[in-house]
Order: sequence, then C-alpha cells, then structure tokens
Amino acid sequence: MTLLPTVEGAAWAALETVRDPELDEPITTLGFVGSCTVSAGGQATVRLRLPTYFCAPNFAYLMVADAYDAVIKVDGVRAAQVILADHFASDQINAGVAAQAGFVASFDGEAVAELGDLRAQFLRKAVMAGTDQVCRPLVDAGATPAELSALTLGDVPSSPELGRLRQRRAELGLPARDDAPLLIHPETGERVATESIPLHLRRARVTRAGIEANTSICSGMFTFRYQESS
Amino acid sequence: MYAKDGEKYFIVDSHMHYWNAAPDNWVPGAEQYAKGWIECFHAYQGLGPKETHWPIEKFQKYSEDDLMKDVFEDGYVDVAVFQPTYLKEWYKEGFNTTERNAALGDKHPGMFVANTRFDPRDGDLGLEELRRNVERYGSKGVKLYTAEWNNGSRGYKLSDPAAYRYLATAQELGIKNIHVHKGPTIWPLDKDAFDVSDVDHAATDFPELNFIVEHVGLPRIEDFCFMATQEPNVYAGLSVVIGGLMHARPKFFAKVMGELLFWVGEDKMTFGSDYGIWEPRWQVEGFVDWDYPSDEFSDFPRVTTATKKKILGLNAAKLYDIKVPAEFQLPAEAGTPAAKDDAALVSGT
Repeated sequence: MTLLPTVEGAAWAALETVRDPELDEPITTLGFVGSCTVSAGGQATVRLRLPTYFCAPNFAYLMVADAYDAVIKVDGVRAAQVILADHFASDQINAGVAAQAGFVASFDGEAVAELGDLRAQFLRKAVMAGTDQVCRPLVDAGATPAELSALTLGDVPSSPELGRLRQRRAELGLPARDDAPLLIHPETGERVATESIPLHLRRARVTRAGIEANTSICSGMFTFRYQESS
Repeated sequence: MYAKDGEKYFIVDSHMHYWNAAPDNWVPGAEQYAKGWIECFHAYQGLGPKETHWPIEKFQKYSEDDLMKDVFEDGYVDVAVFQPTYLKEWYKEGFNTTERNAALGDKHPGMFVANTRFDPRDGDLGLEELRRNVERYGSKGVKLYTAEWNNGSRGYKLSDPAAYRYLATAQELGIKNIHVHKGPTIWPLDKDAFDVSDVDHAATDFPELNFIVEHVGLPRIEDFCFMATQEPNVYAGLSVVIGGLMHARPKFFAKVMGELLFWVGEDKMTFGSDYGIWEPRWQVEGFVDWDYPSDEFSDFPRVTTATKKKILGLNAAKLYDIKVPAEFQLPAEAGTPAAKDDAALVSGT
C-alpha cells in the first residue's frame, strides 16, 4: 500500500464536490477534470478543460477557484495548482486563482464585483429545476395544487432528486428541513400560494428544460473537442 | 421549396452566414482568438449528423459554390437572410460582413436578404456606416452580437443609452428587425453575459421594432421564454435549437420545442440553419418529419403541418415582406395565435 494513490483519490473525491454553476453538475462527471495528480511532497496539480475556448469567463473562474478550494483542504495536500487549459482567459484565471486575488482583481477594470451574486442566481435556477424533478412525478400521479401546497419536504418520499433539492436550498440559506414547504419561491423562501402553483411548476419545468438543453449542447461540444480530435 | 406527403413548404432561412475564418484573414497577434472562434463553431457542427461534418479547412472558408449548392440546390431554401458578424479585432476583413454577403447576394437577385449590423460603441462613425449600409443594401434587419470585443470593451447591453440611440436611428432608417445574439462576455464580466433582460427593456421601449432572439436565448431559454411571453414584438430564432439538438439530443429537442410552443407560440418562431455551421437540408427534412416522441409530451401544444409551415418560412416571410406564392400559403383559419392567456398569467406574477 502506498500513500500517494490515497491522497490522489481524496483529491478526486474533493473535485466531485465542485459543480459547473450553470449546468449544476459535478465537473468530474462532465469530464472537465483532465487530470489530477499529487506529488510525494503533497503538491496537487489539477488540469481543467471546458467545452469551448470561449466558455464564459466568470463561470470558468468559479470552477477553477472552487477546484482549488476543494483540493487544498485535502489531508496530505500541501500546495495546489489548478490550470485551466485551452481557454481565451486561461492566463488571467490561472494567475488570479493562484494568487487568491479574487475575480475583480484578476480581471482588472473589467469586473466590478465578486461572483457570489452570480452563483446564487444560478443556484436559484437549480432549485427551480430540482422542483420540477421532485414534483413532476407527483403531478403525473394526480396531485392537485392544493395538495402540493400542503406538502412539506418531509412528506415527499426520499430520492436522489429530493436530496439534491434540499442541498441546493440549504446552500442558498432557504428552508430545507423536513417541516419546510415543498414549494417555495427561490428568491424569498416563502411558500408558493396554491393559486400560483400551476405557473410556478411551468417555470420550474422550463428552467429544467433549459439547463438540460445546455448540458446536452455543452457535453456534445466537449466530446467533439476532446475525443474526436484525439 | 420542400414538398412532402402532398404538402409544400416555403423555406426562409432567417439566420445564415458567408464567412471567411481562414488563417489568411486572421489579425496578427489575435490568431488565438480567430482560431478559437472558428474551432468553437466547428464543434457545434459536430452536433449534426456525421455525414454532414466538414473538415476544418473547408469550415474555415467555404466557397460561393458550396453555399449556393448546400443552401438552395440541396437545402430547399427559397430565400436566405444574411446575418453579418464582424469580429474585426480577430479577422482582418471581418468574419462575415455586410459587404461580403452583398457581393454574393448581388449575383443572385431575389435569393438573399442582406441584413447589416451595428455596434453602439462605434459612436457617430458607426451611425454613419449604418446609414450608408441601409441605403446601399436596402437592409431591413440588423444582427447584433452583444459579446463582440471592441477596443478594450468585451460587450454591451441593448439597454445602454448608446444602444438606444442606435436603435432609434435604425428605426428612422426603416430597419424593422433586430436579431440579437448573446455571447459569453459583457461589461462587467461578473454579470451573466447571456442575460436577456436588456432585450426586454428595448422591446418595450421600441414597440415598432421586432426583436428576434437568436438561439432562443440559449443558454438562457427559461429567461427568454418568460420575456417573450410578455413582449408581443419578441421572436424566437431557432438557429442552434434545430441544428444543435434535433439530431444530437432528440429528447431535449422535444422538450425545448414544447416549451417554446407553449411560451412563445408558433407564430413567433423562425427557422434559421446557421449555415455554415449546419447545412439546411437535414434540418428541413428532419423538422418536417418531427413530432413529439411520446405521450410524455401530451400537455405541450400540438405540432401541425401549419405549425411547421409557419416556422420554416411563413413567419420570417412576414417579418421581411417576402412575397410567398399562393400555393405555399395557409388557409385563413390555420393555426392558433400565441396564447394571450398565458401572457396574462405570467405578467401577473
């Protein structure tokens, strides 16, 4: 038994907690982690790659920064370097994350705020999409708006989709415990009134369709970029 | 013209290109961006059927003959709308300019609509250029790429005061149709560059103009749908939706089409092949054959022959005053208008 594969395995596991903020999927399942190695001295090196050269720089920055934050916490990792490859803003992003400079300083004059608001905006979309995942089977089984309105998270049978919805709500500071209403407004956390439920579910459904369509296109382009050419 | 099962379809390709992205057109010092851009487009082509993929060399610079054959001879298109994208920071002569398009269009009268473009960051000179282009090419539409890099700026919003000045001038000049294409950058970079709320503002403040949001706001379909429901002059440009999803991800294509038909309605959706990314032939053939794949989609609006005729040509023909022969027209009562009840429902929240 050697120590090295264990630390490396732990680093990979840490990267599984990093998500693409737009697609709401782990960067590991999306294939964005090209490699992750940890030297005997504890130096972790992670290479990230994205579907296109022009993927939005703000989301790219979040993924690189989150990957750094995840890997540096791993026991046995003493230093970490995350390298975004093949991207128009690779140099700025890699240097900015290495220096822990933040987004505004990394894109001098081109950004006015850090990316917390952007992340929260997309987490709210993930909550809406997750709402469709959890509620669609209930609606298909005949649940009425009045019945849905009365449900709490604890009333819904446990499922991976429910766990994911709870986690996203908790990340936003929204009610996520068993006694919390199933249907809430992702901006305010307030329960959705019965008469607003049909439209709320329509919005949840289109939000999920949007994210799924994006994921389809991104993964298709990623495959074309990194597998057909190699 | 496309005919199938006794039905005839008038085809308007409302979003297509004639570009030169070959190395001879790359700006020295910006080669990586010029190369990155066209390789990104090429990856989109990878989402179409394998037999329609081109080698990168052809994709960088296809010929006039290629275009005429792929779009008109093989692709069933009756009228094609050129949508220029300049990107002059990366491409010496521009990626796909009004002039380059018009030079081809001049050789084939009646087959092309020559749109132009503007960039609100170009000041008075840009306004003069817009005026000249409209006079010279008779443009009724403009293509706007909000993520274009311009002299240190990474992009703009349609709600910027400078953009309003250009929109007002465009309207005075007789422009009717504003095709909007969002991209990955904007100022400031910490905001979501794909956000479509600026289109919402502009559409409200310029009710005489039509705003065709290309790629239906992808990757922000949901935001686009909410907005389009509330703005009567906002349209869904289907380029990328059909090309990028119909073949590669049929289930998600069905979901997206269902959502668009529900929120936007079949009277405000327009086909665009996005040629040279994808050839129109397989898109037209596939879309005419298309229907929802299963009962799972039973609560979405139905798709009829009339729906397809509108989307493939009749809606865009109306936007551009293209004369459609009687044999392709719909009977007077065909189809349903975009659902007004749904619009009321959304704006009430």
